[in-house]
Amino acid sequence: MNSKNMLLKLLSLMIVFGVLITACAPAATATTAPAMTEAPAATTAPAAGKIFDGVTINILTFVGPQVAEPLQRRGPDFTALTGATVNVITVPNSDLYQKVLTDSTSGTNAYDGYLFAPSWIVDFAPAGLIEDLTPYVAKDKDLQWDDVVKSLQDFNSYDGKIYSIPLDGDIHTVYYRIDSLKDAGLEPPKTWDDYLAVAKALNGKDLNGDGTPDYGSCISKAPAQQSYWWIWSIAAPYIQSKGTSQGTFFNTKDMTPLVNNDAFKRALEVYKETGLYGPPDETNQGVGDSRGLFISGRCALTMDWGDIGTLAIDKDNSKVIDKVGTLITPGSTEVLDWDTGKLVPCDATTCPYAVDGVNHAPFASFGGWAGAVNAAVDQKKKDAAYAFFSYMSQPAQSGVDVTLGKTGYNPYRKSQFSNTQAWIDAGFSQAAAENYLGAIAASQGSPNVVWDLRIPKNHEYIQVELDRILSQYIAGDLTIDETAQQLYDSWETITNDAGRDAQLTFYKGTIGAK
Amino acid sequence: MNTETEEPQPSSIRTVISTVADRLAASVFILPTVLALLFLSIFPLIASLYVSLAKFDIAKGGYKLTFVGLNNYKKLFVGSEGDHFLGKFAPNTPLTWMVFGLIVIALAIFLARYLLNARVSISGLIGRVLLTLGFGTLSWMLVHTLWNGGRLGTASTTLVYVFVGIFFQYILGLSLAMLTVQRLPGRRFFRVIFLLPMMITPVGVAYMFRMLTDTSKGPFTPIWQGLGLINFSWVNNAWGARTAILIGDVWQWTPFMFIVLVAALESQAVEPIEAATVDGANSWQIFRFITWPAILPVSMTLILIRLIEAFKIVDLPNVMTNGGPGTATQSLTYHAYINWRALNIGASAAVAYMLLFLVTFFSMIFVNLIRQRTVETL
Repeated sequence: MNSKNMLLKLLSLMIVFGVLITACAPAATATTAPAMTEAPAATTAPAAGKIFDGVTINILTFVGPQVAEPLQRRGPDFTALTGATVNVITVPNSDLYQKVLTDSTSGTNAYDGYLFAPSWIVDFAPAGLIEDLTPYVAKDKDLQWDDVVKSLQDFNSYDGKIYSIPLDGDIHTVYYRIDSLKDAGLEPPKTWDDYLAVAKALNGKDLNGDGTPDYGSCISKAPAQQSYWWIWSIAAPYIQSKGTSQGTFFNTKDMTPLVNNDAFKRALEVYKETGLYGPPDETNQGVGDSRGLFISGRCALTMDWGDIGTLAIDKDNSKVIDKVGTLITPGSTEVLDWDTGKLVPCDATTCPYAVDGVNHAPFASFGGWAGAVNAAVDQKKKDAAYAFFSYMSQPAQSGVDVTLGKTGYNPYRKSQFSNTQAWIDAGFSQAAAENYLGAIAASQGSPNVVWDLRIPKNHEYIQVELDRILSQYIAGDLTIDETAQQLYDSWETITNDAGRDAQLTFYKGTIGAK
Repeated sequence: MNTETEEPQPSSIRTVISTVADRLAASVFILPTVLALLFLSIFPLIASLYVSLAKFDIAKGGYKLTFVGLNNYKKLFVGSEGDHFLGKFAPNTPLTWMVFGLIVIALAIFLARYLLNARVSISGLIGRVLLTLGFGTLSWMLVHTLWNGGRLGTASTTLVYVFVGIFFQYILGLSLAMLTVQRLPGRRFFRVIFLLPMMITPVGVAYMFRMLTDTSKGPFTPIWQGLGLINFSWVNNAWGARTAILIGDVWQWTPFMFIVLVAALESQAVEPIEAATVDGANSWQIFRFITWPAILPVSMTLILIRLIEAFKIVDLPNVMTNGGPGTATQSLTYHAYINWRALNIGASAAVAYMLLFLVTFFSMIFVNLIRQRTVETL
């Protein structure tokens, strides 16, 4: 080997080692700075002199068009007011929980704010992953916090502190075709048995005059969509009759699930039977499909959040303008005897809140979209993210947004219920607005309202286990008894893993049980 | 004479340095690549193995992983996830005993033939015993979940996707390849057309098939109506939904088989075919005795690649059916994804490891027993 070759080899070795040492060295400060702060000022900075000049906030939420739409539409207005640039990042609904959690627990902190389910704050708040917004709200007069319905104030709080700002108020109601029921001489359903009877009577009739047979009921049943919420709206009046603090998900004595009993089994029967009067592929439909069918006049009945009311007045897409009635979700004349697990008739003792002998238990499923702030980002970004959610929730903006079907937002402020004119301006008739707002207000104000599960691992209880087992039942893979038993066992496993006493304390705290 | 000791010192040092540098050079040059591979491949494998033995919990300021031993695997086989992973086992019937008995006999013959072979080795024997046990277990699972009130779990559903899908992809790919190597008008055009499905993103394919299989508002609705199937839906039945997914999968991946087989067909020598033609061989004889042996090595590699890839199916069941009806169309990857989405990271990693075992098991069988033997016999 000549010296030239040897020199070359030595030089090469030194270069390779040099590269390796450089690669292993700590990254320079410039490369670790958050990408968002590196954005060219010229492209993002608005006019000088505004409170959040040069600040860019990333807001994570559910993929649009609904829910994300108002954020995207009002983002530029917020920029003009404050100087902050708003990026709205969307992911599928089923991925949202996981995205928020991996972003915050892994220290990535790519998002400054989250628009998510307020029931999740019990997972994030104790871990310090989301900001305590109480001091922000206290200083923010424009937010008009007292205007938010009290139950939603509570739902967006944990341990006495506010962790999310509501932009939406979610509670299930039932919608029916006024014209179709009238033509058939049928009354709007008061109980789930009535619901099935109306659905059966109108199924196969042409409801929109296109010559094609339509459906008696449209309640979506696809896995990983919204089934786990619909079933609870059906089960609630059979299980809970003595007020919100009685509870529907677990027995407040020992945290055992309230699913392996005649009440939940009856709800399973009802839910499955609604499918007999629905579209053939309902087991693969999500709420978007059901809404589309109802708005196009193809369904006599449906269950939904407040969205149907505003979608039904859409002049471009709706074939049911002024033909839709809104009802508190149907109830039951029989309720669960918690000691025996059997259904017993409603009377003054068993159903103290019954109306005409019918026990209603409207279900505030999901709780409405709400904005939370990432606790790990810079204070300036926290302030900007909070300010954005506050801006979205303030009556001037939210009062309009809740009247638009495209937003997916439903009323949650007292002013939104009292100001009927805003709804008339949006396209409701006076009678329709009063009927729609009346049904939602009655549901939210019911002493027997059921709030969505808000204990640690609620996502796993509801959106994973209930979803999987329920979808197997709908598919015919499980009998009613197997479904109830499997769900019971599965929830017990989660409770045991999470700690029974801790879960029970959480549960009782969230429903106000003693 | 020992000249080295007599030579001046500097020259000796230079020689030593030169020798060491010469010896180290190759290793050092590949070291960055090896380290990168270790970091990107082996480290995640070991890390995910640990995760599969742990429980994930949110903790103050982040998360914590608590070691739980084999608990996540136990859940998959005998715990709350067993029904989901393995399926619902139907009670034994004379039919299931008979089918399983035949499979056991076949496996016993396979093992006995090897033992009677003169070239028995320890490693070969261990491999075949493991194979027999593996096949026996999978057969037990399939015969008890496929019919008579049983229900497929995510493991057996994945096997259905893999083997049924690859079978049809290969048959169709070969047929189309045979067609387009003929001197037919427009064959170049159709070669491009047949390739298109492979170029579409899998999620796009899934949405397209979701629309196509929608009998109430899809583009084929008038046809369904005409056939009196207005109240029919593919997705209301487990096998209907699986069939819809398989059709989408076959449509998407047949082009891959097609393009490789076209290349294989076109690269075979023409002389044997011409000679056979002159000798009066018919088309089937030419295919069976000349073309088929020529494309067999390529086919085996092609199937192996698709086998590994097909186990990871997730896009189609996720978009087309959300894994439904029930859990009927969920694959192992989808199962792992559901657990991951619920932050059951440990359970998700355990499912992913079971998938890895299955892929490795079938790939090893394929490589060692089928592909090797096929190539050797040629």
